[in-house]
Amino acid sequence: MKHRLFWPVAALVLLILINTVARSQFASITVRDGRFYGALIDILRNSAPLMLVSLGMTVVIATRGIDLSVGAVMAVSGAVALTIIDSSADANSLGTVMVAVVVAILASLLLGVWNGFLVSAIGIQPIVATLVLMLAGRGVALLITGGFITTVNSTPFSFISTGYLVLLPFAFFIWVAAVAAVGLIERRTALGVLTEAVGINPEASRLAGVRSRGIIWSAYAASGVLSGIAGIIYASNIRAADANAAGQFIELYAILAVVLGGTSLMGGKFSIAGTVVGVLIIQTLESSILFLGVSSAQSPVFFAAVVIVVVVLQSPPLHRFVRRLASSVRSRRLTEPTSDLEAAG
Amino acid sequence: MSDRGPVRRRPGRVLHHKSKAKRVTSSGNTDHPPIVELRGITISFPGVLALDNVDFSLRPGEVHALMGENGAGKSTLIKALTGVYSIDSGSIDVAGNRQAFHGTSDAEAAGISTMYQEINLCTNLSVGENVMLGHEPRKGGRIDWKAVHRMAAEHLEGLGISIDTRSLLSNHSIAIQQLVAISRAMVLDAKVLVLDEPTSSLDRGEVEQLFAVIRDLRDRGAAILFVSHFLDQVYEIADRITVLRNGKLVGEYLVRDLPREALVTKMIGHALVDLAAISSTAARDIDRTDVPILRASDVGRRGVLEPADVEVFDGEIVGIAGLLGSGRTELVRLLYGADRADSGQIEVAGAPTKMTSPRHAIDHGVAFSSEDRREEGIVSDLTVAENILLGIQAREGFRKIRRAKQESVVFEYMTALDVRPADPNMIAGNLSGGNQQKVLIARWLATAPELLILDEPTRGIDVGTKADLQRKVAELSEQGLSVIFISSELEEVLRLAQRVVVMRDRKCIGELDSLNVELDGLIDFIANEGKGSAA
Repeated sequence: MKHRLFWPVAALVLLILINTVARSQFASITVRDGRFYGALIDILRNSAPLMLVSLGMTVVIATRGIDLSVGAVMAVSGAVALTIIDSSADANSLGTVMVAVVVAILASLLLGVWNGFLVSAIGIQPIVATLVLMLAGRGVALLITGGFITTVNSTPFSFISTGYLVLLPFAFFIWVAAVAAVGLIERRTALGVLTEAVGINPEASRLAGVRSRGIIWSAYAASGVLSGIAGIIYASNIRAADANAAGQFIELYAILAVVLGGTSLMGGKFSIAGTVVGVLIIQTLESSILFLGVSSAQSPVFFAAVVIVVVVLQSPPLHRFVRRLASSVRSRRLTEPTSDLEAAG
Repeated sequence: MSDRGPVRRRPGRVLHHKSKAKRVTSSGNTDHPPIVELRGITISFPGVLALDNVDFSLRPGEVHALMGENGAGKSTLIKALTGVYSIDSGSIDVAGNRQAFHGTSDAEAAGISTMYQEINLCTNLSVGENVMLGHEPRKGGRIDWKAVHRMAAEHLEGLGISIDTRSLLSNHSIAIQQLVAISRAMVLDAKVLVLDEPTSSLDRGEVEQLFAVIRDLRDRGAAILFVSHFLDQVYEIADRITVLRNGKLVGEYLVRDLPREALVTKMIGHALVDLAAISSTAARDIDRTDVPILRASDVGRRGVLEPADVEVFDGEIVGIAGLLGSGRTELVRLLYGADRADSGQIEVAGAPTKMTSPRHAIDHGVAFSSEDRREEGIVSDLTVAENILLGIQAREGFRKIRRAKQESVVFEYMTALDVRPADPNMIAGNLSGGNQQKVLIARWLATAPELLILDEPTRGIDVGTKADLQRKVAELSEQGLSVIFISSELEEVLRLAQRVVVMRDRKCIGELDSLNVELDGLIDFIANEGKGSAA
């Protein structure tokens, strides 16, 4: 009960249990051609885009900011990558795909740096600053693809989202690597604690000599890069650059994942592990909607109901209430021992 | 405590401050049964017994001061009385009725109103709206704004203030805002008024105005709990004093029975650090022939500070004296680069330097501890250790300081400054004000500065810690650290500093050799110097 990840993890386990009880094959994992298959494996694979976006969102939120442009950055990144592959001579060449991926990530970095510039150097409120790109970004993506949905057939590019590496999906390895990288950078260096300091008290941090501008800037840049990678995975999955559908509403799901993981929207203390659990909750929930056969008309209600339960379970007032209830029950038992004994005897 | 009578309960005894019937005229009444009676209050936090079986009572028509060092349990007691904390054991009776507070609204409903150090009003609303907030008179389901402002004006006039109730609260001084907060308590018909450090950001005249209101309310039969670190003010306004130490009740005394020295000894548990010893440390010759650590010439900023000159030599303490708003803070912020100067030059150890950012100042060995501990000092959600390390970590950049070094630095400075409780993993926001100040000084000392700028380091801190801090500053300067010391308490400035820069109306009006000037002389200088010619 004490650990701050207790409730998120409990919610995740409960979701998996409910699914398994409802249909036992949810938890079953089969091996075919040296690869794992199953609903749980799908969750690990499909959570990659949201995981990457949420990681960046966690760091941005820790600085008291927010990044609404993540979905648009995904769209731009996908558009850049697919346009390069589409216009190359050989779509199946590994070199072409590598170039496409690198350029797409650089383009996303640029967009992240732009957000960071607006927020940290110009001092525009984060929600407004990133709203600009959220609205304009998809236009940029459409411009790059010439207004069409660019589609490609490229085996190396498809591998990114559908390929396997030693039993498990390649996309899973990508997000694990990203989590490890962000976790290491934040916690093995002083970046994490300096980010928290800036998020909790920007003015005190500035007076203490913390280069808060650079820290905030780097958070938005990281968010841009991670969203860019998410955009590549998304485009690889549908083998197309769809400027309107790519990462639609993902900023909202990412914020939800961060909050489910116990990071406060007020900034400051953040938890990478919490965000990982938050994303897995959301992804498991999406899978259960499919798996339990909830009709598409009802699925938003189902989704909302579960999210409300999870958020309420984490709320401090509820915890206080339960504690008070428990202590009053306990004290009643202590003050009325005789009647209990009589009843028992 | 012998003068506390037996508990008499008179249920239903309610005091209306507005009724003309009951006017208590003499101060320090002992004949009234307590309106608030706390018995055997115990509150513990994880690892700390914050209050240990404390009794406290408050009588109508008295001003009762609650005294104690930082961490003695004053805030905890106030928070128990105002419903912020629930009590582990003990009882709270208000006007003879047993109370179980589950929140501040319960306490407010019982007639206990609180005015905190930081005013919790809505500064973006009008004065009238603030006074009547939540109790607006209605007409036909809609708020009757005319009546709101009329009633607000009546309440304010009752306190002797006549201001436009339609003006924005933020346009008024902190003093007026506090009086607005008090008149709000009157709207709530509070029988008990809790004033937590109400005078900490007021000037002398404003304090007088506040005290006049407090006396008036007392004479109308309100029970007033007054908490302040200013002993003078306690002796000026209070009728009775309750002293706490380490979460335990030391005793309850009538003010006339408790001389100052006795009070201080009861608060800190032993006699005060010898302040005379501090002054003798300060009274030493400073070598002013060498290159100064800091030389600022014509440093100013339009609309903020007229160009000023300051020099600080090796191992010297330079005091800055002046009233609130005289430009003291503005000057040191320019010296530190917290704000940018638009005129003048700064030399650090003889080398011309542009102070463009705090980061830059720190790199040049200048450190600055702000007067606003909460907003500009402590990073409240981080631990004590992280707060102490923040300064050196910021300088190191992203390379994390080795754990062994971290631990030794934290241990060294927590011990040197006697931070209590001595738990480096405690959340800094939970420390008392005095200990937060020590943590901040620890943060700056860890950066090994050449010049330490302390802006109001002793504000809101109890006498014991105050004396400790002064001794520490004197000690450090003796070891060669240069210090700029700002304080509203001129005795402190005179005691510590070798030279005093005097400021008024956002400019430096002169410089005094503090070894040759007495307190009266300094006050006179602040008030009158240059008045005739400058106009």
